Amino acid sequence: MTLNAFLFQVLNGLSSASGLFLIAAGLSLIFGVTRIVNLAHGSLYMLGTYIAYSFATKLGGAFGFWGGILATALIVGVIGALIEVVLLRRIYRAPELFQLLATFALVLVINDAALWLWGPSDLLGPRAPGFRGAIEVLGRRLPSYDLLLIVIGPLVLLLLHVILARTRFGRLVRAATQDREMVGALGVNQAILFTSVFALGAALAGLGGALQIAREPANLAMDLTALGDAFVVVVVGGMGSIPGAYLAAVIIAEVKALCVGIGVVDFGFVTINFSKFTLVAEFLVMAIVLIARPYGLLGKAQAAVRSIAEPEEPIRPATPLLKALGVAIFALLLCLPLLAQGSPYLLVLGIDVLIAVIFAASLHFIMGPGGMHSFGHAAYFGLGAYGAALLAKWLGVPFGIALVAAPLLALAGALLFGWFAVRLSGVYLAMLTLAFAQIVWAAVFQWEGFTGGSNGVIGVWPPPPFDRSWVFFLLTLIIAAAAVLLLRRFLFAPFGYAMRAGRDSTLRAEAIGIDVKRVHWLGFAIAGCVCGVAGGLFAFAKGSISPETIHINRSIDGLVMVLLGGVQTLTGPIVGASVFAMLQDTVMRQTEYWRALMGAIILVLVLAFPQGIAGAIGSLWRKLGGRA
Amino acid sequence: MSVLALRALSKSFGGVHAVRDVSFEIGKGEFLAMIGPNGAGKSTCFNMINGQLAPDSGEILCEGRNIAGLAPREIWRLGVGRTFQVAATFGSMTVIENVQMALISHARETLRLWRPAAALHRERALELLAQVGMQDAADRPSRELAYGDVKRVELAIALANDPKLLLMDEPTAGMGASERHGLIELVKRLVVERGISVLFTEHSMDVVFAFADRIIVLARGRLIADGDAATIRDDAQVREVYFGTGKTFAGAAR
Repeated sequence: MTLNAFLFQVLNGLSSASGLFLIAAGLSLIFGVTRIVNLAHGSLYMLGTYIAYSFATKLGGAFGFWGGILATALIVGVIGALIEVVLLRRIYRAPELFQLLATFALVLVINDAALWLWGPSDLLGPRAPGFRGAIEVLGRRLPSYDLLLIVIGPLVLLLLHVILARTRFGRLVRAATQDREMVGALGVNQAILFTSVFALGAALAGLGGALQIAREPANLAMDLTALGDAFVVVVVGGMGSIPGAYLAAVIIAEVKALCVGIGVVDFGFVTINFSKFTLVAEFLVMAIVLIARPYGLLGKAQAAVRSIAEPEEPIRPATPLLKALGVAIFALLLCLPLLAQGSPYLLVLGIDVLIAVIFAASLHFIMGPGGMHSFGHAAYFGLGAYGAALLAKWLGVPFGIALVAAPLLALAGALLFGWFAVRLSGVYLAMLTLAFAQIVWAAVFQWEGFTGGSNGVIGVWPPPPFDRSWVFFLLTLIIAAAAVLLLRRFLFAPFGYAMRAGRDSTLRAEAIGIDVKRVHWLGFAIAGCVCGVAGGLFAFAKGSISPETIHINRSIDGLVMVLLGGVQTLTGPIVGASVFAMLQDTVMRQTEYWRALMGAIILVLVLAFPQGIAGAIGSLWRKLGGRA
Repeated sequence: MSVLALRALSKSFGGVHAVRDVSFEIGKGEFLAMIGPNGAGKSTCFNMINGQLAPDSGEILCEGRNIAGLAPREIWRLGVGRTFQVAATFGSMTVIENVQMALISHARETLRLWRPAAALHRERALELLAQVGMQDAADRPSRELAYGDVKRVELAIALANDPKLLLMDEPTAGMGASERHGLIELVKRLVVERGISVLFTEHSMDVVFAFADRIIVLARGRLIADGDAATIRDDAQVREVYFGTGKTFAGAAR
């Protein structure tokens, strides 16, 4: 690459950085004041693009375009304010896991709303009036619109800085970011402050999205892509730091642009196409920053989270009643193939449920006793599923070995990602795990030659006798039972206790010699490994695997299963996964708008059933005088 | 050799010299109180000894070995136990499981995946609970305990690795007067029986002057006095430091 080409890519990177900055700044601002990580921030960004598209095409002309962009920022700001008033205000005091889930429910609802309003196809906006041309820079043509974007980023940064530094509103925002309780105690009207901050953050996201219409088409996948990028930027820049967000946006965008610019390089023995590695590069930047500065480049260590979770009962070995119930259910399931002779669908449903049980139990392992709220458990499912499928497809590896390899691959991934994840806690950990999962998903999606890209891998069928669904069902049943019992055994062993001790109080656990990071890392690895088993089974059960199946939605499904069952009980994930998988296979198949339905379920769950099903039954049981 | 020796320990935060050039020693079996007005540097000193803070300069010698900058868990492994100013237990465990957890860690068994933890070291845990008078509450969820009882359980946990030195940060904070004496008497008895050295910070002067073998006084990050109760009481500098802070030794001096 020549120097000129290099500088050109630097300019290119700067123009992408502006969009990244706008969305990350809003996310950071909202988190700083309300302590809520708004997972729907990418959705607001996506709405921005769609709304601006409508303005630009329906009104048309310079007014429709430029006026539309400003109007969009306002509209999205109002939507943000509505979200804050109607939903978030109810959950400021809820455990942060619930806040994350509630905002994710919004992601689903907004996505379906966009599908309903604008339809499924990509919509490319018109070119920007007044900025249609390109400017000769360093012997290449740079679209003048990109030049405008380069200017807008620092301009917004400056504007935000002035607002924060000079106005009363800005002072309140800074004060609340430092100590929310104190600001409340001083008599500041928090309701108005929170609503206006949320509106401002949303408007920034809307503006960022709106500015994209001349560069990329509006599409329904934008919300999560933008969210993943924003997370990386915020984690790198430091939560709550606006200049940090800009710095990180520039770094990330530059690294990506340079990867594209470098393109294909022949090292003699191997040829590497760097433009396929933009996401890996993003991950590397984040990893390096997190090792050197765990709270981001310009971020500060988070104040201790004032935990307001429900107190948890000590774990007790299964009562005879529970054991008998477990054996009875297992026996019943063993007989299912006989009962299901008339309806083969029952076995398919059974396999789905069992795979969901393994998935949820492994997630619960780190989420409940480990206290690590992973928002990216699908990564290990995907590593297992793709590992098994690709081994079978490319190397013709036998079924049994592929099934064993699946958890091993997932284990390797969990060891790698977990090493970083256990260094963080709370929302940082949630964001990092989500970003990792996005990277796995994107790698699968981008690496078309190897993984089949969006088409996935097809024709992965198990050999006889496992090609019969009843045999495969029994295999899945036995593996699922073994996985659940094994995880349970671990939880009652010293390791499980140490993991809970580290969650209950890291400080105290360290003070009695427990290496909390190592214990949690091992827990993370075990959970990933077991999750890989579920992935391997899934690939062979379906005969195919596509990026869709390891999408972030699967990670969230897992969280919903665990919460549905109750995070504080050991049987919770089993109950939750079963109920959820059955719901998904029956009710949700009936409607095109299953995402919105799912979002509604999550919202009801979060607002009405904070303990989950098993948890609710448990406390009811205790209230009635029994001993659960 | 002294159990613990601080040599010219210093730590500053920004421009604030929290601890300046502090040196003192604790002998075997000694019950040493560290006192001083708020902001004197007691907590900073404590947190450097237990590994939560790394000193800017100076040495912390534990039986001759420099432990400055080691992680809290490494310092614990060397036989330094601690209790916290605000006592708490592992809330999701029963009382005895809390103590078992410390014993399991002491035996380096925390990464074991198979044998149920409930059966491990149960006898020893019961013994420890009996020593602090909490054996009857062994199987209760620890989060249901009254605060005074939590302090006792915390003490049992701290004794689980047979410490040679016990660091107690305001052991009686948040307790009533009679409870306070009961707890310190218990600590003192255990210390004498086991030959443990104790370094504790304390705000209630009656406890300090009634129980401590020796007292060191910090003020504005510096060590200004070191001696027995009578010496400290008569020390002009100490009087000056405490004068006007609302605290006098009148009660303890009688």
